[in-house]
Amino acid sequence: MRFRFTQTAIDTSQARRELLDFGAGGYVSFEGWVRDQNEGHEVTRLEYEAFQELAVKEGERIVADAVRRFPVKHALCIHRVGTLALSDMAVWVGVSSTHRGEAFDACRFIIDEVKHRVPIWKKEHYRSGDSGWVNCERCAAAPAHQPHDETAAVIHK
Amino acid sequence: MQFKIQYYALMREQAGRSEETVDSIAATPADLYRELAARYGFTLAREQLKVAVNSEFSDWSRRLAAGDAVVFIPPVAGG
Repeated sequence: MRFRFTQTAIDTSQARRELLDFGAGGYVSFEGWVRDQNEGHEVTRLEYEAFQELAVKEGERIVADAVRRFPVKHALCIHRVGTLALSDMAVWVGVSSTHRGEAFDACRFIIDEVKHRVPIWKKEHYRSGDSGWVNCERCAAAPAHQPHDETAAVIHK
Repeated sequence: MQFKIQYYALMREQAGRSEETVDSIAATPADLYRELAARYGFTLAREQLKVAVNSEFSDWSRRLAAGDAVVFIPPVAGG
């Protein structure tokens, strides 16, 4: 499986081992961390949930596409679900390839596509006591006639 | 016809449940969303959502069959 979810901390040393290949000259990884600020709010923790059955299929399609397109030796993406604290790792992407260029490109492609296409949601909890589903609350408040609102950009066909 | 619905994230909170079986005359996911949005007061417009039928992305105009599993997909925010 080249895309999976975990309820516990992502084991990056294990994940990295899954990418080893005698033909690979290097490896690139990306870690997404929980940050303490978003759009002017002080964030204290996050909750992630996913429609896992479809998310795994869509995630696998993204990783398979990246491996073909760039091309690279191996690629893997692991996403956390559940409650995360500041600085916890929410997502990990790793790519091994013959040369570094393809690995950087494939890694960037995978994280960008995962953020846009995979049915995963995140709820931010704020220091003020409020909370909100990212990309949902603001869109709900701002109807579809604001095409330049960045939140509209996440709604892909 | 009966359909199995699962709710996630904001829609789960607004529906007050994560899944249910509904009896409906809806012919398409679009019809079904209109009906459930009226029942639960969903704040997201259909244009902001995607829909999955039987765990695969679907058109809003697909003809539903009895027993189909339908999931409305609010704007995603992985990573």
